[in-house]
Amino acid sequence: MATETLVHVSFHVNGTLHELELPARRLLSDALRHDLKLTGTHVGCEHGVCGACTVLVDRAPVRSCLVFAVSLEGARITTVEGCCTDGGDMGPVQQAFQDCHALQCGFCTPGFITTITAYLAQNADPTAEEAREAISGNLCRCTGYQNIVAAVQRAAALRKATDRTRRDPSGEVSTGSTTGVES
Amino acid sequence: MKPSPFTYHRPRSIDEALAMLSAHGDAGKVLAGGQSLVPLMSMRLAAPADLIDINHIAELDSVDVTDSHVRVGAIARHSRLEADQAVYDAIPLLRQGLVNVAHPTIRNRGTTVGSLVHADPAAEMPAVLTLLDGVVELRTANDTREVAAADFFEGPMQSAIRPGELAVAASFVRPPRGSGSAFLELSRRQGDYAMCGVGALVTTDDENAITSARVALISVGDGPVLVEVTEAISGSGGGFDEPALRDLVDERIEAEPDIHASAEYRRHLAHVLTLRALDEAHQRARRAGRRHRVA
Repeated sequence: MATETLVHVSFHVNGTLHELELPARRLLSDALRHDLKLTGTHVGCEHGVCGACTVLVDRAPVRSCLVFAVSLEGARITTVEGCCTDGGDMGPVQQAFQDCHALQCGFCTPGFITTITAYLAQNADPTAEEAREAISGNLCRCTGYQNIVAAVQRAAALRKATDRTRRDPSGEVSTGSTTGVES
Repeated sequence: MKPSPFTYHRPRSIDEALAMLSAHGDAGKVLAGGQSLVPLMSMRLAAPADLIDINHIAELDSVDVTDSHVRVGAIARHSRLEADQAVYDAIPLLRQGLVNVAHPTIRNRGTTVGSLVHADPAAEMPAVLTLLDGVVELRTANDTREVAAADFFEGPMQSAIRPGELAVAASFVRPPRGSGSAFLELSRRQGDYAMCGVGALVTTDDENAITSARVALISVGDGPVLVEVTEAISGSGGGFDEPALRDLVDERIEAEPDIHASAEYRRHLAHVLTLRALDEAHQRARRAGRRHRVA
């Protein structure tokens, strides 16, 4: 087959600007894994059902297997690699997953981490029922979800504790990111 | 699970997109949110030669609330429409339908107009457009037409859009004062396509008596199935004559069996959800009426 025409696209991933020349049909999930070597994003069903490949596009969770990379010109993308603290330690959602044993094989985990990170930015203090709704688009075949629901609430508590320690003397919450998600 | 190769186009204006669609005819396909098109391409059920990506056309990213309508531009995401309080205040049925569309993550990318054009018989927003007497605005390089919901959904995955046309917006008509609405559905797993779903719209008078009512059902026909049920309103306008309601629904729906539900079970769901949705819509009309009188 003739070589495919490449299309130029530029977008930020975890704060770094990338200029890429990609075949138009390259899915974002494949661009992240194969072109940018960010293999934290996992590809499960590849048709939008399982949620494992979820990343944040302009802070909103999106299935990276359901978007062509070239369509994201100018976007700001956050993968699970970007859900850490500014210092590179585990972010609150990652820490909560460890604390609550919310993963076993770990395949689905990146999709949960990104989805929950975005959700808590909008809803800082979810009930267990709201947590369940928040993760309803992500499938896990190991845990039975109980520990994941617990981790959502644990992550909410960790975020609040982090926010408190970051308040300056005037009582204002620091504008610095605690999640790696660009604002 | 990888799409076949295609030529990618990234227009920055409606006119540029229309020129591309005109140039590519049958080979051209519009990419909006892509939440249905991309999996179809990945499974190679669709293989357009030219993909025209409208996501970078700022003038299509609009939601406008007027005294008579809510007009939704072609790349307004479901999630944006769902969150918009002015939209909810104008037409609560939009949010009531939208929360049933797949998962929040899909709604972050998927577009309402794209869902209409896709015309899946199990999709919620075609039923909402139908219930609200909405229209889809279609443009070509040298023509514009509006197609009413009743004529737009021609069959399963088949809408009235023709090669070269771009659906630039959809307009939903605001229901009259004293109206109430609801959207209910049942699926095997949260976020799956519904085995059956029902949107309901009722209008009441100053005494809270129902004066007119209609429902639109999904997953029980070739597209959204509109059923006028005003004649099944029981004498006082306080509720519905259930056998009459069931007969009206049965006359219109075509329940088919599949892996998720038998035809009989689908028909049962259609009956039960229709009654529940109408009751809920009536309750909401009553509350809206009370708020209006207090104000």
